[in-house]
Amino acid sequence: MIETAERTANRAAARNLSLGILLMVVVGGVGSFLLSRARWWMPPGASAQAADIDRLFTTTLVVTGIAFILVHVLLALFVWQGGRREQAAYFPEHKTLELSYTLVPAAILVTLVSMGAVVWARVHQPAPAGALLVEVRAEQFGWLFRYPGADGTLARVDPTLINARTNPLGIDPADAAAGDDIVTRELHLVTGRPVHIRLRAKDVIHSFYVPAFRVKQDAVPGMTLDVVFTPTRAGAYEIACAELCGVGHYIMRGKITVEAQEAFDRWLATQAPAAP
Amino acid sequence: MSPRTLEASPRLPDIPVGSGGFPGGGGGAPFPDRPAAPPATIAVWLLVASVTILFAAFTSTYLARRGEADWIVGPLPSLLYASTGVLLLSSGVLEATRRTGGRSLEGVRAGLVAAAALGAGFLAIQLAAWRQLAALGIFLASNPHSAFFYLLTGAHALHVTGGLAWLAYAAARARRAPTAAAALAGAGPAATFWHFLGGLWLYLFVILFAL
Amino acid sequence: MAVTHTTHAAHEEHALPWWRRYIFSMDHKVIGIQYLFTSLFMAVIGGFLAMLIRMQLGFPTAKFYWAQWLFPGGFTNNQIKPDFYLAVVTMHGTIMIFFVLTTALSGGFGNFLIPLQIGARDMAFPFLNMLSYWLYPPAIVVLLASFFVTGGAASAGWTAYPPLSALRNAVPGSQMGQTLWLVALAILIIAFLFGSLNYITTILQMRTRGMSLTRLPLTIWGLFVTAVLMLFSFPVLFAAAIMLLFDRTLGTSFFIPSGLVVGNQLVQHQGGNPLLWQHLFWFLGHPEVYVLILPPMGIVSEVMTANARKPIFGYLFMVGSIIAIAFLSFLVWGHHMYVSGMHPLVGAAFMTTTLAIAIPSAVKTFNWLATLWRAKIRFNTAMLFAIGFVSLFVTGGLTGIFLGSPAIDMYFQDTFFVVAHFHFVMASAALFGIFAGTYHWLPKMFGRMMNERLGKIHFWFTFVGIYATFFPMHFAGIAGMMRRIFSTTIYEHLQGLAGVNIFISVAAFLLGLAQLIFIYNLFWSIFRGERAGRNPWQATTLEWEAPSPPPHGNFGPQLPEVHRWPYDYSLPGASQDFVPQTVPVSAVPAPVHGGAEPDGGPAS
Repeated sequence: MIETAERTANRAAARNLSLGILLMVVVGGVGSFLLSRARWWMPPGASAQAADIDRLFTTTLVVTGIAFILVHVLLALFVWQGGRREQAAYFPEHKTLELSYTLVPAAILVTLVSMGAVVWARVHQPAPAGALLVEVRAEQFGWLFRYPGADGTLARVDPTLINARTNPLGIDPADAAAGDDIVTRELHLVTGRPVHIRLRAKDVIHSFYVPAFRVKQDAVPGMTLDVVFTPTRAGAYEIACAELCGVGHYIMRGKITVEAQEAFDRWLATQAPAAP
Repeated sequence: MSPRTLEASPRLPDIPVGSGGFPGGGGGAPFPDRPAAPPATIAVWLLVASVTILFAAFTSTYLARRGEADWIVGPLPSLLYASTGVLLLSSGVLEATRRTGGRSLEGVRAGLVAAAALGAGFLAIQLAAWRQLAALGIFLASNPHSAFFYLLTGAHALHVTGGLAWLAYAAARARRAPTAAAALAGAGPAATFWHFLGGLWLYLFVILFAL
Repeated sequence: MAVTHTTHAAHEEHALPWWRRYIFSMDHKVIGIQYLFTSLFMAVIGGFLAMLIRMQLGFPTAKFYWAQWLFPGGFTNNQIKPDFYLAVVTMHGTIMIFFVLTTALSGGFGNFLIPLQIGARDMAFPFLNMLSYWLYPPAIVVLLASFFVTGGAASAGWTAYPPLSALRNAVPGSQMGQTLWLVALAILIIAFLFGSLNYITTILQMRTRGMSLTRLPLTIWGLFVTAVLMLFSFPVLFAAAIMLLFDRTLGTSFFIPSGLVVGNQLVQHQGGNPLLWQHLFWFLGHPEVYVLILPPMGIVSEVMTANARKPIFGYLFMVGSIIAIAFLSFLVWGHHMYVSGMHPLVGAAFMTTTLAIAIPSAVKTFNWLATLWRAKIRFNTAMLFAIGFVSLFVTGGLTGIFLGSPAIDMYFQDTFFVVAHFHFVMASAALFGIFAGTYHWLPKMFGRMMNERLGKIHFWFTFVGIYATFFPMHFAGIAGMMRRIFSTTIYEHLQGLAGVNIFISVAAFLLGLAQLIFIYNLFWSIFRGERAGRNPWQATTLEWEAPSPPPHGNFGPQLPEVHRWPYDYSLPGASQDFVPQTVPVSAVPAPVHGGAEPDGGPAS
């Protein structure tokens, strides 16, 4: 039997920890989250897939938020009570209880997995006919873009032909499709029109990340990867490189403009053909 | 829920005790409480598992790489047949010693030394095989297949060196062993590792040249 | 047999010269303590590197004269340079994961506790054990030496993705620094493999009489399964490291594709695939994080039950969960690679296994809660950290659910949301396990209690400091702040985050300072702490049967004999509120004084 002073101190410790958990974690956690929601949050979705992804995110947030609060409230409660109890209960197991809190999380997670699988599959649909084809090429430390021009075909590239000034992508002039390829330093897309990006990298792994589009895909040297999405809101956006690629990783920003088809056509017409 | 008896524990399935460590052994050594079954037996299987995973990692990378368009299988240095034979023979001698050597201490010692000598022979022939390839102008970075060839055979040879050292140690212990049985017992785990290395070599041979 | 083996063994031990008793010792307790102190040393270095990171992210325009003085090569104009920043980020992660958490948990606690808790005199292979420790300092030397070579330390992240880590001119750290990084890791991996071999063999073969597998303390289950995980996963990283070393130094192209142009020069390598490195790395990398969380889970279970005076709830499900987590951990590695260029169907498969692994983790969390329910809790420092662990593990684990779903991960991959997630589970939860274990077992290690007042101050500053430092990182990630970036200034979408980053940095500095309280308490207690008895916590497991500290050979002339499971706390009918494992079933003394109700009501 512990003495009174110890028991008082123990009760105080229980109270402090319990309150600490409630205040810091529950109140602080929820409060800071609400603050963040108001000030630092995802940029508004600007692509067709953003709605699906955001819905999935919100659902997960609600589920995990409930679990977060529930577990911490229980923790605080049991801690509080534990500081005042005289005799612990010998309660080593309860198979039914344990089984239920194995199966309930399992059910919740299966649901989340199914929802997630649907969205993931939707994000990876092949590019529809009429999609705007454009190559995005990442390098240390910037982005280059190439439009296929009137023939709709991107010409072959050969790294041995790369010349930083005159032919940064290494377009093969012998390829018939090369004549009308247009290389630009900004990416322009058309509002509401699906875009099919062919993503490449020149040197190391980079990542094409546009938060507002809810799009991210690593650009891997030696591979050409497809990224398909539909921008739905006109405006200016940034490409952020999201894979450590060297000293200039933090300044590897790309510029995206989403505009109406006519504005896009006008812009493209002002861009010089690559003509290596 | 709360058992009212003084019995320990809820009904937990009783997984049998291992060979334990309870004092039952004789005196003499500082820790006579060592179990009868040598831990080295368990340990060697764990070592085998670990080395298996290492080579599984190398060979899975190999298999992935093999799928690429630029893959050509390199020439098989003919000496590899000889080295394979020698390694298998070495395992054979070792195994024969273990099965029949219980009668004669001399037999055990001779068998261990012979197996080790053959193992050293394997390493020598492997080195010569490397030189055979080098004479053809095929080095580590020459092509993807050669890179894996040197990597896999080199890694294997390093492990064989370790196994050889272990066999040599067992042979040395055998010289001081009181009986043939004791000498054999000491060599058991080393033999397991040695046979594993033989089997691993066959696997690598097939992967490199027969797939 | 009548000869007192311990006296004999202890006498033999005393006859050894000091450098064989304390430096090249083969006693698992000494080796465990060596691992713990060396890990502490590395933790200070790793923590200091974290401070440098936060200085830059919180105060990018500030000038740090002292830092320029300390690191003339890494600072210019009293501000950190981007290349040195990347080296700091890389080395912080590498050191903390491999050279602090893995070594402290498996090397430190594993070595110290395993023979004691299973009733053995030492590990199965004491010489191998010593060898295992003595590979650790050379690995440290090689790793830290990399700061001083041309180009500086490795700078491709702790994940070392090629081609960045393979090509010398891709980043300065990929010159000699990356090579040394790979060599240091290779050495340390051998140490881990030796250790795992030892632990598994010892636990299987050297348990004392009566110690069946279902009577093992959960700490041992955690350490045992961890050792199996390490044995099966580290060789893969070793293989990858060798191949990357070959690519870097011998001209091979395991991971380097054709047609790269770096620094305006065509790279000669041909035909390799960078994704192969990622697969191999994460095949180790994912089990590695469970290597870091399973021992703390075991430790927390132990500390919690002893201070709740109540059996750990659901022992079988706890063991089953540990095994399930370990098994599944081999099947989830692709969730680090959802946007890597891997086929989306493969990503879907990994999503399923990844979310599945949340289930046993949830079971364990609820079991801890159930342990605390109707418990009689003693709020010593160890218990505070054990309870704090549950909170941190839940917070970190829940954010894992977001990241496990590839469609959500697409947004969060490589942002600070991920950084927040792993700092909660790894840095914080695993660290709390280490702290709980230290406060709980220091009395056994050194025969001295740690100071409780300082311990509580340490706990509160750390608990609050960790939430203050890492919780806001979620918001930075939600806003889209990427990882490993030197500065946020160029991106419009990150402009609002200056305040968040300042807050995080200040919290981090205070968190770092608070650890000095722990270090002071640790050393003060070892030399001046109140002397501890054999069983100061009145705990049931076998290590408390040995003296504090245990002599060479651990137990007296007779090894203990086990008759019950480790969690007979508040057993109805017993005279004390705990029954050690060695007490035979027939010998539990008379009923509780005052006739307390068996279901836990107050004594009359």
